[in-house]
Parts: sequence; C-alpha cells; structure tokens
Amino acid sequence: MAAEFKPKVLVFCCNWCSYAGADLAGISRMKIRPEFRVIRSMCSARIDPEFILRAFRRGADGVMVAGCHPGDCHYIGGNYRTRRRMALLKLLLKQFGLHEGRLKLEWVSASEGEKFARVINAFINQVEQLGPSPYRKTDDRQRTPETGRRKLEAGQQTVDDDKSLITDH
Amino acid sequence: MIAPQKKSKPVGAVLVVGGGVGGIQASLDLANAGFKVYLVESSPAIGGNMAMLDKTFPTNDCSLCILSPKLVECGRHLNVTLMTMADVLDLQGESGRFTATIRRRARYIDLERCTGCGVCLEKCPRRYVRHPAHPDEEVPKKTLSAFEWQLRAKSAIARPYAQALPNAPAIDAAMCLKLTKGTCGLCQKACQAGAICYDDKDRIEQIEIGAVILAPGYDQFQPYPKHEYGYSRFPDVVTSMEFERILCASGPFAGHVRCPSDGREPKRIAFLQCVGSRDVACRNGYCSSVCCMYAIKEAVIAREHLKQVDATIFFMDVRAHGKDFDKYYEHARSESRVVFERARVHGVEQDQQTKQLMVKYAPAGGGTAEAAFDMVVLATGLEPSASLRGLAGRLGVNLNDFGFVWTDSLAPLRTSRPGVFVAGVASGPRDIPETVVQASAAASEAGRELARARGTQTRIKQFPPERAVEQETPRVGVLICHCGINIAGVVDVARVAEYAKSLPNVVYTETSLYACSQESQNHISQLIGEHKLNRLVVASCSPRTHEPLFQATLKEIGLNPYLFEMANIRDQCSWIHMDHPAAATAKACDLVRMAVAKVNLAEALHSQPQPVTAKALVIGGGLAGMTAALDIADQGFDVFLVEKEKILGGNLLKLDRTLDGRAPADLAASLAARVRHHPRIALFLNASVKQAAGFVGNFETVLQIGKNTKKTLKHGAVVLATGAQESKPIEYGYGKSERVLTQLDLEKQMRSSAFKVPDNVVMIQCVGSRESDHMYCSRVCCSTAIKNAIRLKQLNPRCQVYILYRDIRTYGLREEYYTRARDLGVQFVRFEVEHKPALAAAGRKINVTVPDELTGSVLNIGADLLVLSARVDANPDNAELGKLFKVPLNAEKFLLEAHVKLRPVDFATEGVFMAGMAHAPKAIEETIAQAQAAAARVGTIISRKEYESEPIIVAVNEDLCDGCGLCVPVCDYGALEIVEVERNGQKKKRVKVTEALCKGCGCCAATCPSGAMEQKGYKTSQIMAMIDAALEESGA
Repeated sequence: MAAEFKPKVLVFCCNWCSYAGADLAGISRMKIRPEFRVIRSMCSARIDPEFILRAFRRGADGVMVAGCHPGDCHYIGGNYRTRRRMALLKLLLKQFGLHEGRLKLEWVSASEGEKFARVINAFINQVEQLGPSPYRKTDDRQRTPETGRRKLEAGQQTVDDDKSLITDH
Repeated sequence: MIAPQKKSKPVGAVLVVGGGVGGIQASLDLANAGFKVYLVESSPAIGGNMAMLDKTFPTNDCSLCILSPKLVECGRHLNVTLMTMADVLDLQGESGRFTATIRRRARYIDLERCTGCGVCLEKCPRRYVRHPAHPDEEVPKKTLSAFEWQLRAKSAIARPYAQALPNAPAIDAAMCLKLTKGTCGLCQKACQAGAICYDDKDRIEQIEIGAVILAPGYDQFQPYPKHEYGYSRFPDVVTSMEFERILCASGPFAGHVRCPSDGREPKRIAFLQCVGSRDVACRNGYCSSVCCMYAIKEAVIAREHLKQVDATIFFMDVRAHGKDFDKYYEHARSESRVVFERARVHGVEQDQQTKQLMVKYAPAGGGTAEAAFDMVVLATGLEPSASLRGLAGRLGVNLNDFGFVWTDSLAPLRTSRPGVFVAGVASGPRDIPETVVQASAAASEAGRELARARGTQTRIKQFPPERAVEQETPRVGVLICHCGINIAGVVDVARVAEYAKSLPNVVYTETSLYACSQESQNHISQLIGEHKLNRLVVASCSPRTHEPLFQATLKEIGLNPYLFEMANIRDQCSWIHMDHPAAATAKACDLVRMAVAKVNLAEALHSQPQPVTAKALVIGGGLAGMTAALDIADQGFDVFLVEKEKILGGNLLKLDRTLDGRAPADLAASLAARVRHHPRIALFLNASVKQAAGFVGNFETVLQIGKNTKKTLKHGAVVLATGAQESKPIEYGYGKSERVLTQLDLEKQMRSSAFKVPDNVVMIQCVGSRESDHMYCSRVCCSTAIKNAIRLKQLNPRCQVYILYRDIRTYGLREEYYTRARDLGVQFVRFEVEHKPALAAAGRKINVTVPDELTGSVLNIGADLLVLSARVDANPDNAELGKLFKVPLNAEKFLLEAHVKLRPVDFATEGVFMAGMAHAPKAIEETIAQAQAAAARVGTIISRKEYESEPIIVAVNEDLCDGCGLCVPVCDYGALEIVEVERNGQKKKRVKVTEALCKGCGCCAATCPSGAMEQKGYKTSQIMAMIDAALEESGA
C-alpha cells in the first residue's frame, strides 16, 4: 500500500500583512498543520502566475497566495492586481487538469494570526480531500538526502532553462 | 516669531516625552532632519494606545499593521535613543539649552540579553485583575468568570502587546512573588538567556537637549463612578478599549465576539456614547472627538464578525467631522445596518429573569423607553493622562481648565514655556491623523529653534569598504538558532545543521543558543572571516524583526547585507508545530534548503544616492502656505512661495474673528509682513504653476508670472497649500434676497461699523454638505455658526438667534462654545435631512418653518436675516495641480493623502506634501498645525545632502524589453515610463525606471510578459529556486 498522502502546500505571503500574520500565529502559539512552506515576497502583486504554475509542475498539491486586505496594501493597490490575476489563473487551472480548489487567495492582516492558522488548516484539509496532484511524481517519497542534493543542483540548471522558456513567447 | 539669536549655539538634541504614535512621529521627523532624539516613555514599550486598537476608521486598516513599521524604524534609528519605563523628573535651563533629569525605573529585565522569546510569560504563576477604580486593589478571582478573567487578567511579568518594542517584558514589582515575598523565581529559571535580574534598581540620568516635545497622550475615562451604566457591576458592560481587544484577532478571545460573563455570542450590542465626555457632572465638559467614529467602527466590525448581531448606537450628535467620516457613517447605517438611536441614556440595569442588560433612555422625540441587550459598550472619553498634571508641574507648563496642556490657538504647538512644545491629545482630544500632524508640526517648531545646531549631535554610522564577491563561487554559512528552547524544544537543531551541510555551496554550519545575541554577532563576524564566507543564512525567527540586525553585522565586516537570507524556523515552524517535532524538523530542513537556494543566487545590492536641492516650493499664499513657507525658511532653507492672487492672505481676509475672538486680518497682515521680509523666502504673486517635472530632491517647476513672464525653479520638495472656498448655495433663495447670506457674507457685514444687529436671525446648517453628491461634513460650519451667534448676542443681547442643525459638531474643546451659546439663549432646533426648513416671504421678514422634534409641532420663525452655513468646496485648481505633480484627489477633489492615518500630509509621491484646506475643510489652528507639519516633512528631505533610494527596486533588462508598456499603468508610484532609445541605429521603445520613485513592490515584474523586469533581491530565478527547493522531498 502506498504511504499515507502528505499534501505539499506552498504559501506566498506578502511581507507587510500576511507574513506578519503568519508570525503572529507563531507568537500566539496557534496550532497549524505542518505541511505548508512559506515564500515571502514584498507584495502579493509580485507573485507571477508563472510561479504558481511552476509550483504545480514541481508537484505542489496546493498553492495559496496571501496578501493584505483590499485597501490595506502597503504599496497602494498591489493586492487588487493580485486579485485579478488569481481570478484569471483559476480559470486556466482547469485547462491544465487541475482542480481550482488547489489554488487559493486569502487576505490576512498582520493582526490576524488566528485567521492565518484557520485558513492554512482549512486549505491543507481541502487539498488533502482533493488528493495528490496529477502532476506529482509517485516516486517522490523515496528520495534520499543525496539524491535531493543532486536534484537541487540540477534544479538550478532548470531555473536557467526556464528563464528562456518564460521569455520565449 | 523667530527665536531670538542666542549667544551660545543651541543643543541639537530634542527630548520627546511619550512613545505613542505622536511621540514616534515627532522623533522620526526630528531624527530624519538631523537632530538627536531622546524618546522617553513611561510604560515598558512604545506604541501607546494605537497599538491596542484592532482597526482604525474610516478605512478599517489593521492598527498594528500600519503602526509597526514606524515602531521598528524608531527602535533601530541610529539617532533615536529609546528610554522606556522612564519619567522626566526635572527640566532646567531655557529654550536651546535644557538639562532634563530622567528616572529610569527598574524593569528587572536586561534589555541587552532578552531576546523577546516570551517563555517567561507562560511560566509566571502570578495573575491578577486590578480593581478598575482603585489600581492598588485586586479583584478576587472567584468573583470573575473565566472569560472576564481572560479579558482583564495580567501577569506579574508581562509585555504590553505581543509585537511590543522593545519586545522584552517587564516585571511589576508590586505583584511579583519573588520581589514581594522572595519566593517563586520561575521566570529566572525559565530564561535561558539569563535576562531576568531581580536586583535591578531605578537609575537617574541627566541629558542635555535644546527643546522638548510633550506627547504623553491620554487615559480613557474610567467609568466606575458612573454606576448608572453598570460598569464593573455587570461583566458584559465593557469599555470601548476592552471591546477593541475583544474584536482583535490577537485579543483575549482571538477575535471571536463573546460576552465576558459566560462566553456566549451576543445577539444585541448597545453602544453608549459620551461616557465621560460632554458631561459637566464629571467635569469633562468637552467632546472627546473620536468616540462617535470609533463606536461606528466597532459596531461595523462587530457586525462583520457576527453577521446576526444587532448593533445600536445611542448618541446625542453623530460627530463625523473628519475627512470621509460621513461616508463611513452613512455606509454603517445603510450597508452595515447599524442602528442609530438619538437619545439620552439614564442607566443600565440587569433583568433578574433573563439576565439581559436593560438600557433605559429618553428618545429624541420625548418620553422614556428601554431596550434589552446582551452586551453594552461604553464609549469612554479621552482624559488628560493621570501623570500629566505632575509632569506639567515639573516642566513648568500651564494646563487649561480641563487639565489639558494650555496652548494658544494661533500657535497650537507651543506651551507656556518657550522651547517646550506639545502634540496630540495632551493639549485636547483629537484623532490619530491630527495627532500625527501635530507631532510633525511640533518637530518643525523644535527644528526652527535648533536650526543652527542641525547635525551637531547626530551620528553617521561608518562601515568598512565592501568586499567584492561577484567573481567568487558562493560560500554559504548556515547558522541554526536554538532560541533557548523556543526552537530546540521542538526542532532537532543539530540534525538541521547536519543536513544543511549537504546543501549546495554550504561550507560551514553551526548551531547557536541565541543567534541574535551580541556575542553571536561578534562570533558571526569571526566565522565570515575564518571560513571566507560570502553568503549567510540564519535559521531562527522572523526576518521582519531580525533581518536588520544580521544585515548590520554583515555590513560591519564589509559584506553586502543583501547576501543574506533568513529561514523562519521559530515563528512559522517550532511555535506552530509543537505537537509534531518530526514534521517540524523536516520542515526546518526544507526552509533552510529554500533559503540556501535563494541566497546562492543573491547579488550585492546598493541604494542609489541622488543629490538633493535644498529648496522648497510652496503653492498657495493663504494661512497654510504662508505658515509652511515661514517654518521651512526658519529651519534654514530657501523657499519659493507662489500665490495666484495679487495679495497674500487667502480666506483669512474674509473672516471677522476667530472662535476665541482674535482678528484673522491681523494674523494675515503679520504673516504677510514676515514673508515679505524673510531673507530666505522668494515671493511670486499673480503666479501659477505651468509645468512640473522631476522627483524627490530634484523637482523643476515652471511658473507663469503675470501674463508674460515665465520662470523655472529648481527645488527638492513641494507643499501644495491651495486652500478651499465657501460655496455659493443654490438652496434657500440665496442670491435672490439680500436677507439671505452665507456665514462669510455675515462676517463681512459684521466687520463694517454700519452693521445693525437684526432682531431675529435664523442660521441653517449643512447647506449643501452631508447629502447626495457632497457626502461630507464641512467641519467648520458648526463652530462658525456658534461663533457668529455668540457675537450677535454680544452685540445685542435681545437678538434672537436660531440655529437649525442636523448634528452639532463642536468637537474637542469647541464644545465649550456650544455650551456658552446655549447659556446666552441661542436656540438650537434639530431637523432631519428629509424635512428641511421651509421658507416663505412675509413682508420684510422671511418666514421659516421647521418641524420641532421635541413638541411634535411645527416651529414658525419670522427671520430678519437668514444665514446659511454653506459647504466648503475644494479648490478647482486641484485637478490641474494633481496632474502636474502626479498626486491623487478624492471624490470631492480635495487632495488625497498617502495614508489617512499615519501620513496625513504626505503623498505616495515622495517629496510632495499638502497643508490646510486643500486636504479637507479645517479650522485655523488645524491649518497652522498641518502647515507646520508639512514644513517638518519637507525638512526631512531637504536637510539631507543625498537622497537614497531603496535597494530593493526593479531593474530592466533592456535586451528583453520590447517597450510594450504594460508595466507603466501598473506602477502606483509613477516610476516607469516608455522612452525611445537608439539601438543599432534604430529607434526602439524601452521602459525606463526612475529609481528614486520605485518602492520595490515588484508588481511590474509580475506583469511583464517578456521577463524584462526584475525585482532586485527577489529575482524570478531566486523565487523559482525557492519553489523548486520547497517541493523537493525533505532529506532530513
């Protein structure tokens, strides 16, 4: 029998609100499921849809983008753009054969540690329900640190490859 | 008004008393303009009342989100010395040269050692609730419910709020078991940093300063003596500040609205206004200015939390007099369905059967009524802080009748002692933006006094030259922090360190008990040298709090601070996954792997210094413009003052007198004379702005002077002070009868010696304001009407004056004049907007009919004179000016500030500021303060030789850019433009970044379809590498 499904969830947080909310969840010792990893950016508007597609291609089961509440953006109106981009990207996901529930946009302010905990737990539960992403490789779990290292170095190579890929249209 | 030339040079340092938002703003403005600041705060942390708020009106911004960047900036500013738990005992000397004696109370925590991890807080067994009315007494725990205990209990070792700055707690000596009984000592045992020192003592220090700014803030009215509202008798009667904590996600109930008695969700909440305000019985005869708005906010947020809850606000007048407040009020009523009940509340009782709280009140229409609620929130007013009287005595400044610091309305920041200034609620109730305005204005006052000493007490940190590492292969060092037991108690740090060794280019790893300690910083410096590291990863807590510390360490050893990454394995790992140590360890490995992947691709980043032209342009020669120009000039900078009319003075020339009976024309004349004779002010009358270009520090503006002259000015900053004007009413027959005037028309007549006081005068308020297309309050009209009514009564006591109003908005200390007008017999009659007064000509009189709320009948007044309080309109020139300087306007064409709370005179475009009525309708003393605030903000820019842009900005790869221009409208800062360039003999379009304008959000980078825009420090390749690393299977 295959090992128990552990969802891989990637969360993009803006520096000013959501990342601070995530910190506050820690300061308040909220209990959050451990299956998510956070990538910090200055503004949620920095999150290129390309990043999210890359994450899915690398086997993410779910991706969340978290930003300041509408009107609260540290950079005036960045989060409005994020909102539009995510709405469009959701439409695209289906074409890639991905359930739209695998992508989530949330507004989390710096004082909403509790909300951060709640939305992350709910999202991980939801992704768990959806099961492994169709893009996930089945042999992922058998990796050792050594192969992991080789893969990462190779990964850097791919980064450069991808650059040309991104710009090649 | 120039400070007299002193024989000896003044001291270029300022003492700021009070670390709330006002004190913080004043400190930052002064420190950024070349003065040394001592910020003295009596509590253990800065942040003040604002740090306790959940949200702020009228935008519902998260209070702490907007405040904390200022806290951090203040905390790590090289020229701000923070003194918490400190009191000013004495002030000797005179303006320019003071000696202050400061007592620093024992904190029992070594700030150098404490890392703010918070382990001690959980260990403290001593928890208590202080009696609300008698702070020395304790409330027995058994008398409180578990929820009330949660809401109100404190521990003996505590910090004021989770994100407090400094983040170290303090021990309450009167409550600590160790300090009172010699037992316990649990916190000391728990603290692995060795920061608890029970033998700490008070210390006395003396500091030399040139000026003092008082910003001690306020206390909220303590409602205990008001038995009629049941506070402290019924647990479900709470103060507004307690309710603020209940609403707050980081509050006692984690943002769930609950009744403190039993934790149930309330179904009906009552908000009672004016508790301890507008109440002569408790000697607070003034209005607290902010309670109407915060109650509306709390009601709206409560309805957001609990969709089904009924929220009713019991009020006398809704005072939504600030910018965009009326829209918020209307939205609360129509969209959020908050119920507004105009009434006087007699008392709150508990129904013995249902246990519900019964609010007994007299509705506006007369009679009595009562209604049942689950929870009652008291809108407690603002009072001078308890320590203010003593402080004022020690500093030798006078207080007014209410116990606030006395100021002159024409010099609103000056106290009775020269060189000592005051800002914020200490001199009268005001909201956050007004406090911030006053704080900046007080900084300007201090800056004028000490202009000659600018830069004499400040330090500039010197760093060794930077090591060039571009050609080197990355050599990454990884430091894994235990954070005492905060991380190591959950995460296997040794294993993470071992794992990190296997990652690409990692040449050294180590674990550290506290990576942030001072000895660790020295150790890191050694390691970088020994192992020739050119990249560093610290896996510990949050980069938001600790990145600057490690970056400073890198800078000190000559390594670029951007060759650094943090992995947040505490706040976002060990603290939230305590029950899953294995998964937490695996996650920590992943986070380190992601950080290493990113840092491997990191590049050295530098800010681009731009030269600054140390001159300012002020547009508008009214009160705001003249005041701003004089303040900037007194600070020692050249000013160009531009006025489109042939004379200076603006609206001041149209006023009869101020609320406190001064002559505005005299003020205008004295300001104009000073402007004309000031050696640093170049005045351009009959002139307007035709073109404007450039950016912060380097503007170039073309003036049209008269018909035929053009002049180009170079300057580093701009103040827009274009004023506003009284509108010409289209209602009530204005312009058709000489018996119908506006308030300004009346003032013009009153200035004439031929003015004869009529027998019957009717004034109508809110003419053209607060409805349909003009949903805003013109703010000044209530005070103006009352001022003129009092004047008419003084000229002829037999004159009957009726003021027909919707809400009387004599906010703050203006309430006194409302009281005085009623004492003089001025009649106030309220009308609803749906039932406006009706007019009919009746011989030589105008017959005014209006429904009388109290009697239910119709009131009929034969008026000799009808005076309309007409709306204040924005200056129509604002639209053009907004385009020229790339700054926005609000819906009513007033200038729109960068942030309504914390940047009230700034625009998002740096180097451009605003003052006076151009921003919104405001009173004379408010305009003066805002103009001085703009002057202080200008000073923070043009006092520098160079302006440094952010290092984390975008860069264009010109080879990839095809000039499509998609990124240009995406930039909210106007930093991008499409230009034509020559490439291989061909003209091509490319995007150009004005680095001084870019704020580094990276929005354009995500927009660019060609991959030509890169955000430095967050390059696409770096984020991609992190994504890949995150989705690797953990190797640990």
